[in-house]
Amino acid sequence: MLSRTADNLYWIARYMERAETMARLLEVGARISLLPSTGEGFQSEWDSLLQASGTAEGFAKKYGDPVQRNIESYIFFDRDNPSSIASCIGGARENARIVRGALTTQVWDAINTAFQEMRALERRARSELDLTMLTEWTMRHSALLRGAIDGTQLRKDGWDFLNLGYYVERADNTARLLDVKYYVLLPSVEFVGSGLDNMQWTILLRAMSAHRAFHWAYGGEVTARKIAHFLILNSQSPRALLTSVEGVNAHLDRLARGYGRTTGAQAQARALLAELAELTVEEVLQEGLHEFLTRFIREVAKLGAEVHEAYLSGDQR
Amino acid sequence: MAQTYFNEMYHNGRAREPYQQLENWTQAMPAEFRSLKQAEAEALFRRIGITFAVYGEGGDPDRLIPFDMFPRVFSNAEWTRLERGIKQRARALNAFLVDVYGRGEIVRTGRIPGRLVYQNEAYEKAVVGFVPPRGVYSHIVGIDLVRTGPDDFFVLEDNCRTPSGVSYMLENREIMMRMFPTLFRENRIQPVDSYPTILRRTLASVAPAKCTGEPTVVVLTPGHFNSAYYEHSFLSDMMGVELVEGQDLFVEGEFVYMRTTEGPKKVDVIYRRIDDAFIDPLCFRPDSMLGIPGLMDVYRSGGVSICSAPGAGVADDKAIYTYVPEMIRFYLGEEPILHNVQTWQCGKADDLKYVLENLGELVVKEVHGSGGYGMLVGPKSTKAQIEAFAERIKANPGNYIAQPTLALSTVPTFVNEGVAPRHVDLRPYCLVGERIELVPGGLTRVALTDGSLVVNSSQGGGVKDTWVLAG
Repeated sequence: MLSRTADNLYWIARYMERAETMARLLEVGARISLLPSTGEGFQSEWDSLLQASGTAEGFAKKYGDPVQRNIESYIFFDRDNPSSIASCIGGARENARIVRGALTTQVWDAINTAFQEMRALERRARSELDLTMLTEWTMRHSALLRGAIDGTQLRKDGWDFLNLGYYVERADNTARLLDVKYYVLLPSVEFVGSGLDNMQWTILLRAMSAHRAFHWAYGGEVTARKIAHFLILNSQSPRALLTSVEGVNAHLDRLARGYGRTTGAQAQARALLAELAELTVEEVLQEGLHEFLTRFIREVAKLGAEVHEAYLSGDQR
Repeated sequence: MAQTYFNEMYHNGRAREPYQQLENWTQAMPAEFRSLKQAEAEALFRRIGITFAVYGEGGDPDRLIPFDMFPRVFSNAEWTRLERGIKQRARALNAFLVDVYGRGEIVRTGRIPGRLVYQNEAYEKAVVGFVPPRGVYSHIVGIDLVRTGPDDFFVLEDNCRTPSGVSYMLENREIMMRMFPTLFRENRIQPVDSYPTILRRTLASVAPAKCTGEPTVVVLTPGHFNSAYYEHSFLSDMMGVELVEGQDLFVEGEFVYMRTTEGPKKVDVIYRRIDDAFIDPLCFRPDSMLGIPGLMDVYRSGGVSICSAPGAGVADDKAIYTYVPEMIRFYLGEEPILHNVQTWQCGKADDLKYVLENLGELVVKEVHGSGGYGMLVGPKSTKAQIEAFAERIKANPGNYIAQPTLALSTVPTFVNEGVAPRHVDLRPYCLVGERIELVPGGLTRVALTDGSLVVNSSQGGGVKDTWVLAG
């Protein structure tokens, strides 16, 4: 297929996954704000959300102080924010419009319907829109698209590029969400292991739609160690880093088989998978969760660059 | 000026034969049902994503062209005559193009002034002496027709480059079949859905000499910001060929390749939906970001076919239009089946004088203009508008032609108050390759404003499904 088409497919998936992550972040924020306040010297939890989503700077420029309502609008509706849910859905739809021919009617329908409903939401008074409704709306549409892709797309290279987009974005996003918790949300190290700490971990699990799954998998107390294991190394967990990297590998392998050609992308993906497969939680904590995640996010970015170079740029001869 | 218009449905107080079934259909339709269906049609169009962005107007890039559910109908006999006339014209236009890029017999014999051809902006010096495969320059000829009476059809203009709108012809039909299946059982309506297949066959039939085996066809689009992007993507999808932009193609050696995830792939036929000027920056415009450097060299050496061929535009120029009946006689030795509208060329002193004296009754157009912009409809304009336009004509007379204000036929159309006649035109799409083919149908455009004669979608026009009944 055309490299540019592959690029569009890849970005449809990345944008939709990102929109879903933003919705999850908003949900984390809403829940955290219901907790008792954590006292002096601590920036509001909402501010930490902006940090996590990488949109703090843009927000400060536009609104100044982090006020919940403005943050909600900024993360959900604001087209000036390139990562807002509205921007992501708009971006996904624009990419889809370019490659209509490579999508099934159902897939196009799922994306286009989300976009049209988004526009209808934008026209409604903000006061009528409840935050939970908005986040659930986002996740529902994300699920509808995912289902349409799985149910109707031909299992050709285009399907692989869609999935690559999903897994690369998810690997990055899970790492960032985890990082928020550990690095940004908790006011200081003294809180580690405290009641507040555990409560925040639980909220994080909820935001990943994983708190019940977690209890089935681990049971008992919620501890940082268990959660780190669940979200980083447990391949049963659909959003774990290992699962995402496995997904990237599976689809890159399919491409290599189909095209009869291996590229730098496969090499980078395999190296990352090899590392995660052997890793233990102890090693992660020894390195420092934040340090580990920062390094991982960098590696994922490198992987993205390799995929671009090998398939999406059209420079391969 | 009171004028009577030919109503294609009601003539002499009775429903004409092809429309007879539709009379019961509208009479039996309650108003609520109609608005329900209209809303359903709009929702379908939106969901499919057919939209039309108008250049320079800003506003909603996802604007829909209004769709009117009342179909326009041709009897089989009417269509047979139109079809012959359209094919005849398409043949003559292509013969003209081969001639003017070759020996130029039609100019040498004095039938067309050389200045109109060789000094025409659309005349492409880069292809002089080159004969494209099968001698076809214009592979998709869109001929705009208007009707003024039961047997009176006139050609308003020819479109030899890349006429757009065919996706509306196809989608309008899909939507009508989905919404009113009964109508299609009661009327014997010839299908149009073979168009993409025929288009692909036509394009493949003009593969270049150096192509061995099954030719790879692509559609070349300026990109998704183009107002006709939907159509480009629709056609490539329906034909099952790649939709490429300039950046996806590159020239290496004697061929053109597209960048794919598996490496370069050779391209044999390019159905381009971009203007000549943007095809190859080395040949035409150095500032173009859209073109493919070196493409014209490959083209001229028979490594790739470009449809329509660069230079085809000289045949559909409004100044050349006047001479098409002459072309038909000269190249085909036949009398034209379809007639031209009488045309005054403001570049000629006598014509200019007549035009300026009768501006209030004429339609004046720019020679190179399109889309209904830069034109004057005399009878619908104020005195001040006419005077202002007269100044523009005087400043550059060669840039304008004038035609009488035609009494465009009307077709019943759903409006707020019920059903009312509105003016229409017709654009059929003639395909020219190994064979000359025409699907039974076309795009009917309708001026939705009461009394308006301007059907362009950029000026408040809508579209209708166009039926040709089986014999």
